[in-house]
Amino acid sequence: MNHKSHASSAAEFLEDSARVSWHDDTLWWIRAKRDKAVDTVPDWEALREAASEIKRHTLSRLDTYLMQLETQAIQNGIHVHWAANAEEHNRIVYNILSQHHAANVVKSKSMLTEECHLNPYLEERGIQVTDTDLGEYIVQLRHEPPSHIVLPAIHLKKKQVSDTFHTHLNTDPGNLSPDYLTAAARDVLRKKFYEADAAITGINFAVAENGMLVICTNEGNADMGMHLARIHIACMGIEKVIPTVEDLPVFLRLLARSATGQASTAYTSHIRKPVPGKELHLVLVDNGRTAMLAQPHFRDALKCIRCGACFNTCPVYRRSGGHSYHTSVAGPIGSVLSPGQNMAAHGDLPFASTLCGSCSQVCPVKIDLHGQLWHRRQEINQAGYVNGMKKLTAQGFAWLLTRPRLFRLLLNFGGKAGRLLSKRPFRRLSAWTRHRDLPSMPQARFDSWYNKQYEQQK
Amino acid sequence: MRVGLFIPCYVNLYYPSAGIATLRLLEKAGCEVVFPKGQTCCGQPLSNAGMHHLTGEASRHYRELFSGVDYIVGPSASCCLHLREHVFEWSEGPQIFEICAFLTDVLAMSEMESDFIGTVAVHQGCHGLRGMALGQATEEAAPFFSKPLAMLQMIKGVRIVETDRWDECCGFGGTFSVGEEAISVRMGNDKVQRIIQSGAGYIVGTDMSCLMHLQGLLLRQGHTIEVKHITEILCYES
Repeated sequence: MNHKSHASSAAEFLEDSARVSWHDDTLWWIRAKRDKAVDTVPDWEALREAASEIKRHTLSRLDTYLMQLETQAIQNGIHVHWAANAEEHNRIVYNILSQHHAANVVKSKSMLTEECHLNPYLEERGIQVTDTDLGEYIVQLRHEPPSHIVLPAIHLKKKQVSDTFHTHLNTDPGNLSPDYLTAAARDVLRKKFYEADAAITGINFAVAENGMLVICTNEGNADMGMHLARIHIACMGIEKVIPTVEDLPVFLRLLARSATGQASTAYTSHIRKPVPGKELHLVLVDNGRTAMLAQPHFRDALKCIRCGACFNTCPVYRRSGGHSYHTSVAGPIGSVLSPGQNMAAHGDLPFASTLCGSCSQVCPVKIDLHGQLWHRRQEINQAGYVNGMKKLTAQGFAWLLTRPRLFRLLLNFGGKAGRLLSKRPFRRLSAWTRHRDLPSMPQARFDSWYNKQYEQQK
Repeated sequence: MRVGLFIPCYVNLYYPSAGIATLRLLEKAGCEVVFPKGQTCCGQPLSNAGMHHLTGEASRHYRELFSGVDYIVGPSASCCLHLREHVFEWSEGPQIFEICAFLTDVLAMSEMESDFIGTVAVHQGCHGLRGMALGQATEEAAPFFSKPLAMLQMIKGVRIVETDRWDECCGFGGTFSVGEEAISVRMGNDKVQRIIQSGAGYIVGTDMSCLMHLQGLLLRQGHTIEVKHITEILCYES
């Protein structure tokens, strides 16, 4: 593990208290916007249930639907590629680009390409990639990963964006006007769109029955890219397939409302065929998804439509920021997915939760997120990713649970030690007492009181 | 009906008054209450820390302790949830209830005798609210209800104040409170601030574990707001 744990990154993030309040309030505001949007849909819970069941059905015969999607897409004139892992995905994309001598590429938001670390792969091979979603463009200029799957630059304030643009785009120093800054980015991005040899996009939904690809954005940047460039490469995780066109509105009604509280994204593009004279490629990526499908406890995580609602509602995410999760997908869903890909690197994440369950109730496809975090914790310990001291303590504690006398003795001792630790010179010795007192000991424990009151009367 | 009184370890040690109040409420309602001797800890801290595989013996111990009762009732939604999900694993046998839910759902209580007078903020712990369905949280599009609130509303002297973000987690989270100390403390302080703003004199809840965390912060910072388990309010005698 060559990064800090979530707990220590979070502690650093929390040092700037005012900034944490701002981050927390901003995301809570989005959660509140989502609640308002939900109130306008009379059968919201029925819609969630339908979406969850459609996904369950689809995952139960994923192979069939993927083959159907492939057949239909090929009939529509789309080149279809299959990638078993990130490396294969990156190679396929690179090969398409190099065959066409593409030097400049525009990319709209795609968490899959983040997951596969496509940008550095292409850049190392001399291809210039520009992220065209405004938030992603900002973090790209800063050489940072996105901190949120829907709001990539949500960790930044206007001042930082202004400074970044001043450094990279030569904008006026200290001009914090969002209009001014957006216009500056727009000028640069327009040029990039015109110059682009190829456009890479993600996919929100792929319809098996007719091979249609659906992309949702708020900035129209995916459309701009794929309409202007000669080659369009669409990359999707294999879980993005849905059976029929009729299933689509169920998800479209849920997605934008859950993500930002909008009724729908500003642009919802439906793509069937390449424009004559242009090329359209579809890359279907596994990268651990079929392995997850084989795990009953975690299969449901493949239902995720990447709306980010679990991020916005998560009290831990809101106060620790996306970068503390050291993964391309942060938040509760990231903490479920990431250990599946690399347990050694991301085994701390399932513990970055109080298991409050807010994520499971906000999820538009009803993934039992906190239940999955619980199961991840078991899996991580079973696999041996737990330090020896912790393991020994746990084993000792477990042993005590069937030995009531000894347990009570140590309980009393613990209570007394706790009082001592709450006193000034000792406070910093324990993670509880650094900022919290332990309660004072009552005159008698409940069981002693009960014995005196009830047993002795008999 | 035979009710087995389940007293979680930290209630036994730190908050016996919550256990006593629970017992009083059950007896007052005419239940035959037994308090099985030999209760230790139900094992939840181990399970939630990812070491559920170590809890087999403890679970068997608890199943034996409570064999022969119709209901298991305790003053902690979180520990009751653990018994339900991971000790009895939804099997047949005693039904497991947090005390408020037992009073409303099984005993169908419609009035409460209590002399308590005070302004209270109600902290509805997540395991009770979302896990044991003691109420409806704000994420789902469903009508609001709250069993603890309904109980408190039966008492004339109780003035309930609303707090902003009432169903947001307080940050206790079991071992999370020490494993992710910084976030836990911050979440707790945010909760405490909102409760102070509400003007409450008491924080009342279904779980003393959440309240122990909040109390720890209040004590350290010298605030005078008291924490109380809901049962202490429900059977308060002046």
